Amino acid sequence: MTTTELGVIGDTIVEACAPWSAIVRAGQTLQIIDLHGNQAVDTLLWGVAGDAVDHRLRYSGQATITAQRNIFLSTGSVLRAADGTSLMTIVADDVGNHDTIAGACSKESNTLRYGHHTVHQHACAENFLAEGAKWGLGKRDIVPNINFFMNVPVEADGTLGIVDGLSAPGKSLSLRADRDTLVLVSNCPQINNPCNGFNPTPVRMVISA
Amino acid sequence: MSTDSTAGARDHARSQVQTATVRIPATPPDVDPSRLLWAEAVPPGSYATKVLARGTRLRLIDPDGSACAHLLLFRADAPWERLNVADTVKVPWQAYLGAGHPLLSDQGRVLATVIADGSGHHDTLCGMTDDGRAKMLLAAVKHGLDLRDVAPSVSFFKGVRVDDDGSLAFTGSAGAGAAVDLLIHLPVVAALVNTPHPLDPDPALTGLDVLAWRAGEQLTTPVNDEPEYLRALFNTESTWAAAQTSEAAK
Repeated sequence: MTTTELGVIGDTIVEACAPWSAIVRAGQTLQIIDLHGNQAVDTLLWGVAGDAVDHRLRYSGQATITAQRNIFLSTGSVLRAADGTSLMTIVADDVGNHDTIAGACSKESNTLRYGHHTVHQHACAENFLAEGAKWGLGKRDIVPNINFFMNVPVEADGTLGIVDGLSAPGKSLSLRADRDTLVLVSNCPQINNPCNGFNPTPVRMVISA
Repeated sequence: MSTDSTAGARDHARSQVQTATVRIPATPPDVDPSRLLWAEAVPPGSYATKVLARGTRLRLIDPDGSACAHLLLFRADAPWERLNVADTVKVPWQAYLGAGHPLLSDQGRVLATVIADGSGHHDTLCGMTDDGRAKMLLAAVKHGLDLRDVAPSVSFFKGVRVDDDGSLAFTGSAGAGAAVDLLIHLPVVAALVNTPHPLDPDPALTGLDVLAWRAGEQLTTPVNDEPEYLRALFNTESTWAAAQTSEAAK
């Protein structure tokens, strides 16, 4: 895990369980570094004009999956808006596959998955809503997202689930912005499944020219 | 018939129905006609919407074997709560829709449950074509919603399967006559679009039939006993009960 100091525009540690957002301008690269290993980084994207969100250019997992005819994201995957517009492209990936079908955790869905004792635990949907509000985004804007560093196989009979991750300390991936893109992140706080190794940890975000 | 006057134009307009035909899907023989709420044939490339009450049984039929019914559900009384496709596959640990599968909202509640499935060819992964999304946007806008509400959808009657390497295989249709029944658990706006599946290599679409009838008694028996489903029903029933006017206040 190394980053070139030259050309670095932003270099931020996102604390465990915290949200983060930034606009990555066309041609810039965002490197997401899984500092401690197996930390899910829930991510949504919107095309922007200046600093204003373009609602027509919201990330669509379905459009992304359909265009590449594969559910897994890795090097070469183009992250698309619903109309197929390319927002970002994965240009490097130490891990091999990332999820975009299982969505974000929420306090509400946690009650179904783990029981009602989890309803007051922190969740990605809370991070998306709180951080998204800074950009004028509300509940209607939030859709199923990308889960970088999260491993969700689908078996032959359709059984799927979040299983132990494929990442490790220091592994990273890099996203090139194909147009000016707002990146909205929840550094996942889930403690009830292996997506964060049952121990949420910080990640590092490096934006380079 | 002359249309050079208002009287002539009115006569012309009113005469058209005399020669037109509208195909209405037949009421199923086991359904009391007095319980029927909706019977509509949706042509290829078109869409239909309806506000459906809790306790409605919604039947989608592929009479000619090549319909593709894309569905979004919004809570009619709180439309910012809507179908969440990710939770719909993640919570039941199952990517493929079939009998017993809940269609979950983003608030941990059951909007509908698939209670009968004669097709087995459905999809939660791919969404719609550009034309399908354009139709779905029209459907949403007619209910006061907008582009932001057109979230990922589910598709009935055209199937997709995932291989071990994550790649998708399009499995097509189950053939003519397949039907899927959904039980509606909370009042919803159901928005249905009949447009090709985005991976269909031969998107020669056929009509979609829609039927719905009152079946509230079916809400009392859970259709599966998985713990996630039972907790989703608990959330749904408690939310519904809390919003009802108390007996004393009536």
